[in-house]
Amino acid sequence: MKLTLKIWRQKNANDKGRFVTYQVDDVSPDMSFLEMLDVLNESLIHKGEDPVAFDHDCREGICGMCSLYINGKPHGPEQTTTCQLHMRSFKDGDTIVIEPWRAKPFPVVKDLVVDRSAFDRIIQAGGYISVNTGSAQDANNIPIPKDKASEAFDAATCIGCGACVAACKNASAMLFVAAKVSHLALLPQGDPERAIRVSKMIAQMDAEGFGACTNTGACEAECPKGISVKNIARLNREYLRAKFIEEVDKPLEELAEEN
Amino acid sequence: MKLDAKIPEGPLAEKWERHKFNIKLVNPANKRKYDIIVVGTGLAGASAAATLAELGYNVKAFCFQDSPRRAHSIAAQGGINAAKNYQGDGDSIFRLFYDTIKGGDYRSREANVYRLAQLSVNIIDQAVAQGVPFAREYGGLLANRSFGGAQVSRTFYAKGQTGQQLLLGAYSALMRQVAAGKVQMFPRTELLDVVVIDGKARGIVTRNLITGKIESHSAHAVVLATGGYGNVFYLSTNAMGSNGSAAWRAYKKGACFANPCFTQIHPTCIPVSGHYQSKLTLMSESLRNDGRVWVPKTVEDAEKIRRGELHPNDLPEDRRDYYLERKYPSFGNLVPRDVASRNAKYVCDEGRGVGSTGLAVFLDFRDAIKRDGRAVIEAKYGNLFDMYMRITGENPYEVPMKIYPAVHYTMGGLWVDYNLMTTIPGLYAIGECNFSDHGANRLGASALMQGLADGYFILPYTIGDYLAGMPYEKVPTTHPAFKDAEREVENRIKKLLSSNGKRTVDEFHRELGKIMWDYCGMSRNAEGLMKAREMVVKLREEFWSDLKMTGVNEEFNQTLEKALRVADFFELAELMIVDALHRNESCGGHFREEYQTPDGEALRNDEEYAYVAAWQYTGDGNEPVLHKEPLVFENVKLTQRSYK
Repeated sequence: MKLTLKIWRQKNANDKGRFVTYQVDDVSPDMSFLEMLDVLNESLIHKGEDPVAFDHDCREGICGMCSLYINGKPHGPEQTTTCQLHMRSFKDGDTIVIEPWRAKPFPVVKDLVVDRSAFDRIIQAGGYISVNTGSAQDANNIPIPKDKASEAFDAATCIGCGACVAACKNASAMLFVAAKVSHLALLPQGDPERAIRVSKMIAQMDAEGFGACTNTGACEAECPKGISVKNIARLNREYLRAKFIEEVDKPLEELAEEN
Repeated sequence: MKLDAKIPEGPLAEKWERHKFNIKLVNPANKRKYDIIVVGTGLAGASAAATLAELGYNVKAFCFQDSPRRAHSIAAQGGINAAKNYQGDGDSIFRLFYDTIKGGDYRSREANVYRLAQLSVNIIDQAVAQGVPFAREYGGLLANRSFGGAQVSRTFYAKGQTGQQLLLGAYSALMRQVAAGKVQMFPRTELLDVVVIDGKARGIVTRNLITGKIESHSAHAVVLATGGYGNVFYLSTNAMGSNGSAAWRAYKKGACFANPCFTQIHPTCIPVSGHYQSKLTLMSESLRNDGRVWVPKTVEDAEKIRRGELHPNDLPEDRRDYYLERKYPSFGNLVPRDVASRNAKYVCDEGRGVGSTGLAVFLDFRDAIKRDGRAVIEAKYGNLFDMYMRITGENPYEVPMKIYPAVHYTMGGLWVDYNLMTTIPGLYAIGECNFSDHGANRLGASALMQGLADGYFILPYTIGDYLAGMPYEKVPTTHPAFKDAEREVENRIKKLLSSNGKRTVDEFHRELGKIMWDYCGMSRNAEGLMKAREMVVKLREEFWSDLKMTGVNEEFNQTLEKALRVADFFELAELMIVDALHRNESCGGHFREEYQTPDGEALRNDEEYAYVAAWQYTGDGNEPVLHKEPLVFENVKLTQRSYK
């Protein structure tokens, strides 16, 4: 296949950035999208030009590192990660537009690479169960119904790629936050910290500058792991529930100290 | 140098308890006076960093990814073993220990492996307490399955994403400590050198991958948790960024490198489809529970299938060779990884391979679907089948899957004693980065177990023993040793960036990988290894003279990142060959063609090679020196591994 690529090039965070057009020939339909970019980069290096920077690592759809806004969709036309998108999804002669995730809390590092550390800070705000190593009781002392465990698992499979944010017109991180809150709220181990967790994670999400959810559903439609917007409903419920719990009426700074 | 494994006295089952009692403690109030560096944040690194911080130490954690949640442990599909015996099927700590020792072809330490089996039980408790959503039975208790050659059901799993769930558990524990201010996290930062002062590891030199800034970090101890070096083969199941540089830099600073030639080849990967291919994708080994492995009996039929003249479904039963079931009737398709891999190679070498390249065998679910129905197979393996379909464009419910072995895990790594300390005092290596627990072959569902045992339950105890004897004083990063290391790193970068040859880093890496796969891969022989060594040395010279580079250091420069890693792979590759050449026996993942039984199985030589080969660096261009740590077996009897 022969393809025309329009790629966002931006030298660094301070550069203005622009689209640059490239031609690639000899694209095999069996290549992954990232392998197609590898081929482009090899030819750029041979020409002495700066290759296109993009994030990737496991290339088997699980690490969540790959990104790319392809023809106006996060991870491209299929509901999968960019590393699992194959060139057989495109046709000979196609023009493909490739951009980085565009959201204020995800500043561009270079070309197609963005900084997603805001997600780590949201998890740091409370996306965990406070348990010290070595103090755990026998695992089978906490029975969990199979369907509850499965539901928690489905929420826990979020790979933190940020496609939900990129797909959202408000750059909302609600699906990401909801997935973690759901995962831990559904399990008995997560119960004691339910109220604090959801309050603090939402506060952090807002502080990072992510927008609000308007129930458009683009996040679920584009999520490579098919995380359901049902989790956002649960997040809202958890948040409301937390508001009725006395403890959470305290200012957040105070909570942070206690924790 | 004398290798002292520091294995505690006493009966096997009591060694770890006794040792824990005997090691020195650091007073809780004094722990905050010590700084510890942890490099790598996969299962081993994240669990270690979190636990050390919980204990009260100041931890600096480093990873090259944008977030510790991306570490390659996340990709482990299968599961994690633990001797819980929840199923009451005869499992025990001793049986897990025995299976692991035997599975490793008697090339690992009894004391370490026993401790691993003991701690496996605590790992599950810890993970469940963190909210890891393992598979459950209807009654609410944990479910188990059997996996990778085991005859008991001891594997805990979360669909095909166990690694992901365990890593996210360790990652959240780590994030909790970051929020508490006990861990300082350095993402997108890569180790470029280890700093040794007065014979002790006292820090590291790093490169900020966004700005290119070279920085020094000082500490009282350094922990490497940087994974395996399988990417030396270019094509492997490892993540693209996985590299051996941290371990290699430590080796060049005096840490011995043990058993570098022990590479695990995983039998069930999606075969290579073209020269552009960047990595190989693993299909979970659990597929072998129901899939039947076969190739055509004759070369003629295989050729017809390759050319597309004959559909595999149309080949009659009597013209198919279910070679694993035929040769190993009691284990069948579930033989261990090295046996399954080698046999796939044999049938393809005979010309009976399938797929466009002839380098593939079938993994056929036809009979399982006929027996159990499509719905049952879909419930068990649906996500794996979808993944296969996405990558290959073929429907495995209708056409047999094609698989081929691929480089997966490196059992070799930095030599460590029972405390997980390398031969450099104060430098520790944990997880896949050390050599310790898997011997010459790794059994399924044991890597996650080792990473977490090391990080949560072993290192946090043993590092205290070392620190208790250390003064609190910190070495400033202005110390000449740091400045020397920085200068060395800067020179290496300058040298690479000034190279204006014709070939790209990837081209060199691909070529190196091919040499390694052809001559130091699934099977080796002395002649091939000697040839490979010459080829690697020659290619390495070309790398340093004919490399095409772009950009500068002071920017986000992925070409430079790769070049630095590949430069180290070139040196590591040679050591792997040297190690493979000296080990005149076959064991586990190391199959020397000269040493096999009459029916083609690995022929160990326990008289002469029941030792750990630990190599010491003696300068560029000099032969490394071999130190042997004899392996003493007091609790198991060495037997021929037989899966007939």
